[in-house]
Formats: sequence, structure tokens, C-alpha cells
Amino acid sequence: MAMTMTQKILAKGAGLNEVKPGQLIRAKLDMVLGNDVTAPVAISEFEKAGLTRVFDRKKIALVPDHFTPNKDIKSAEQVKMMREFAGKMGIENYFEIGRVGIEHALLPEQGLVVSGDIVIGADSHTCTYGALGAFSTGVGSTDMAAAMATGDVWLKVPEAIKFNLIGKPSEWVSGKDIILHIIGMIGVDGALYKSMEFSGEGLEFLSMDDRFTIANMAIEAGAKNGIFEVDTETLKYIAEHSEKDYEVFTADSDAEYVKEYTIDLSKIQLTVSFPHLPENTKTISDTGNVPIHQVVIGSCTNGRMEDMRMAAKILAGRKVHPDVRCIIIPATQKIWKECMLEGLFEVFIDSGCVVSTPTCGPCLGGHMGILAEGERAVSTTNRNFVGRMGHIRSEVYLAGPAVAAASAVTGKISSPEEVIG
Amino acid sequence: MKYEGNVIKYGNNVDTDVIIPARYLNTFDEKELAKHCMEDIDKTYITRVKPGDIMVGGLNFGCGSSREHAPIAIKASGISCVIAKSFARIFYRNAINIGLPIIECPECSDEAEEGDKIGIDLDNGVIINYNKRKSYTIHHFPEFIQEIIKAGGLMKHIRQRQ
Ligand code: SF4
Repeated sequence: MAMTMTQKILAKGAGLNEVKPGQLIRAKLDMVLGNDVTAPVAISEFEKAGLTRVFDRKKIALVPDHFTPNKDIKSAEQVKMMREFAGKMGIENYFEIGRVGIEHALLPEQGLVVSGDIVIGADSHTCTYGALGAFSTGVGSTDMAAAMATGDVWLKVPEAIKFNLIGKPSEWVSGKDIILHIIGMIGVDGALYKSMEFSGEGLEFLSMDDRFTIANMAIEAGAKNGIFEVDTETLKYIAEHSEKDYEVFTADSDAEYVKEYTIDLSKIQLTVSFPHLPENTKTISDTGNVPIHQVVIGSCTNGRMEDMRMAAKILAGRKVHPDVRCIIIPATQKIWKECMLEGLFEVFIDSGCVVSTPTCGPCLGGHMGILAEGERAVSTTNRNFVGRMGHIRSEVYLAGPAVAAASAVTGKISSPEEVIG
Repeated sequence: MKYEGNVIKYGNNVDTDVIIPARYLNTFDEKELAKHCMEDIDKTYITRVKPGDIMVGGLNFGCGSSREHAPIAIKASGISCVIAKSFARIFYRNAINIGLPIIECPECSDEAEEGDKIGIDLDNGVIINYNKRKSYTIHHFPEFIQEIIKAGGLMKHIRQRQ
């Protein structure tokens, strides 16, 4: 039977020649991930069940990124639990402050995920690694606890939707605009339980950072995973970051998809998602006059090097509007250092931004930039649900780094052209 | 497995951020979490909910983050079962894994109103809405899920396997 990329990877993981959509399988895992919100719950379940050993010390990653540096006593206790568990079990990939970054930027950068891998993480944006041609999906803490012990997980083989990408995106349009456009088109449950498979000649115009951003938000369309066809760009990235063995899976030419879309990247405009659902998208020319109070540039969606560079390009020689706080959060220590060496911090600081240590922080309304009642933020993060970044009567507008930086300068939702002219 | 209770009704896309806001995620104590369940969209929920009540949602219930705190908060607040038109997939897994029964039944979700009395018989696959004098047939859980439920949750199931 013809299979999609995802189906082929799952068949391999289950030790089967083929799998069909709807089939229940038990798949072997190459990586199990948890963070400071979800791992403590998993650890407590693991210990309550009387388990004493993890399946593989190298194949578990514990990343305290949400409230890092610990914002209060309770979060410190949660991280302490992770640290002690990692020590006791000999887990190699525990990331302490000074080494930690936002999990979904960190794992690929550390070479912990490569194409063909099967990864589960107790975090919904685990789907990010699909950019590398891996199957990765978010699960809950109990799943994580069980997987740490057994090294496998039960999964239902998903159906797939194919996105055939063609054309070259115009200047300032990045992965974020592409995925917001797609979510606006298919809705927040448009890919419920399914794989979103991205391929086509347009791939050559998408950097790895663009692809990570797109795969990251597959969950915002309800998808089980998002996955990109592996090309030379992917292989280059893997060679630069990892020593793990990888395997490339390509969809059969007659693989079945429940739907197919052709997306012409050259037609995609800068896109903003209005409160309170990612599907409430508008192109930049339709956004109207929306004054804002805060801009956040960071997160597992857009806290990578290209995002930082794009923001700096717009902020260079300009000032953040007096009524706006602009918070910039490079996603990992490595990105932080690169920003520093490239002189981006000077740009950010001269323009009146604050630069934070890597953390999820405001993305989930945790700390480091919470909104008050009635405040509005343009944010490069991935969710704009009610109360996501603070008060329940605050608002989050999702955008890419170009619109976010331009909006910081003008004090209202703006396109880069308005600023750069 | 049988449940009976009154309906507490919500709309489409009830997300995990409103089920339990992230500001409370620095704990996973179920009683603490239950206190804040639904508070961002329904301030009176926690004073209204009675043990055994049935939460009814629309499409894509539980979308958003992977936090297991969401089904834990719902269960600890007294809800016996959640019925919706469809569930977000991580929420679905989590609910099963912690032993909160959840049922996809679009018709029942459309017709149930706040306060209706509902009875659920999982073994025989029926839901009865007493106020509307209607019954609905529901699918049985697939076998592996039944096994997990029978074992009393995923962790107990794992222990049996090892
Ligand atoms: S940056 Fe935001 S979306 Fe990404 S892992 Fe952190 S909290 Fe989740």
C-alpha cells in the first residue's frame, strides 16, 4: 500500500512493512521530552507507579524553560524535582540555567532530533521537529511517564493533508505568515488528528528557521504532526548539528491524502492573527488602526536567529514608540550569543527594547512581560487565546518578526514598509 | 460504567488556557487546580458544579497546550464525564490516561442545554437526556483504550505489562 511520509516513519517505528490510517500501533521512540510544567507531573506518576529505571538515559530530554529562571518558589520546586530525577536516573539531556533554551529551538540545535526519528514530548509544540523530516507529536504527562519507562507509545496512524508549496515568498514574508495564512484558510480544527505534509518546489525558498516556524504551528490547526520533505537544506542542517544516524522517508507518489492544497508562496501577504483564535487572520492591509502596548519577539515559534535578524533590520536606527514595551527573547543561549556577536543587541538596546534571557516567559503568560487589563500585544508567539499573555481582558495579535518589529516602532499594527518606506 | 448528572454547557474550541490558565501551572495539586477551573470564561463554574455533573462542549474541545492539568482540573472539580462534538487529540489522550471518560457525540452536544439531566451507560453505549426525552447511541472505545480504562489508567496498564 502507498504511504505518506508520516505513515512510513510510523511503520518503521512499529516494525511493520506497512500501516494504514486509523490503525493502532505501538511505536519505538527516539526521544522523549518534557518541560518544567509537564515533566514534574510525569515524574510523580513514574514514581507513584513504583518504576525505578528509564528505558534509555540518552533518549530523554528534560528542559525547564517555561518559568526559567524560576519565577517563584513553586516553579523552583518543580525544576528541583526534574534536576533530582535526572541525577537519579542518569538522564544526560537535562539542561540547567546557562545551558537551557526553549525546548523546541534547543533540541534540533543540540542535534537531538534528526530525520526519520519518532519523538513524543509532553508539550503540544513538539510537532516543531517535523521540519527535520521527523515524526514528532505532543502528548500528555502520563504518556511521557509511561514512555520514559517503556520507550514506546501507542499511536493511531493519522490520515494526511498535503500542502504543495510553489513560488517564492516576497520580502518580509516569513514562515509565520505562511502558517498563519494556512490556519486562517483551514481553521483551528482544519487538520484535527491528521498529518500536515509539506512538499513542493517552493521548499527551496524556505530556510530551516521558516520550516521550524511552520511545523511548530501545525498543532494550531489541530494536527497530530506537521512534516517537511527532506531536501539538501535539511541534510545540511543535520550535518551541522548532529552526529546521530538519520533516515530519509519520502511519500509514495500515489500516497493517499484526504485533501491536497497548492499554496503559492508568492501570493502570501504579511498576516496577523486577531484575538482570540489563531484562525482569525487578516492580511496586513486589512488590519486597520490597532494601537498596541507591548511587542514580544521570541518563543519556540519565532525566537531563532533569522527572526532576530529580521527584527534588527527594522529596528536599526529607529526608536520603539514611547507607549510600547518591546521584549526580545532569543530562544537559546547559542542564539543569544550569536545575536551578541553580530551586534544585534546594540541595535535592540539603542532602539529601546529589553533583551531577556532565553525563556518561554510571556508566551504563556508565565512571567517576563504580562499584560494588564485592556492591554494589547503584537507577539511572534503561537497562541492568542483568552488570557494567554495575562489579564483575561488583554489581547494578543500573532504576527511574524517583521510586523512585530514595525509595530513596535509605530505603536500600532504596521507593515515594515510603513517604517522603512 | 454509568454516570448521571446535570449539564454544564460550553461552546466550540474550549481551550486548555481557559480550562486552567497557565498562571496556575506552577502546581499540579488537583484541588488547587480545580479551584481555578474554567475561571477565565465562567467565573461561577466552580460554585455551580456538583459532583457527577457532565460537561458538554462543541467542536475541538480541549485544544491548545498539552497540559494534563486541564483534564485533571475538570475531573477534580467534580465532573464525571465530558461530552463534545470533537476533542483536540492531546486532550483526548490525556483524559483517557488519567481516567476521565470523554465521549464524542455531536447530536447530544447540539441538543443538550445547561441544567439538563443526563445519564450515560458506557458499557451499553447509550446517553439519555431526560429533559429532552432522547437517547443517543455512542461508539464503544477501541479495545486498547478499554484495556487502559480497565487497568485504571495508563500507568497501571504499563505496570501490568512490565
Ligand atoms: S515558547 Fe510558548 S508555545 Fe513554545 S514551548 Fe514555550 S510556552 Fe510553549
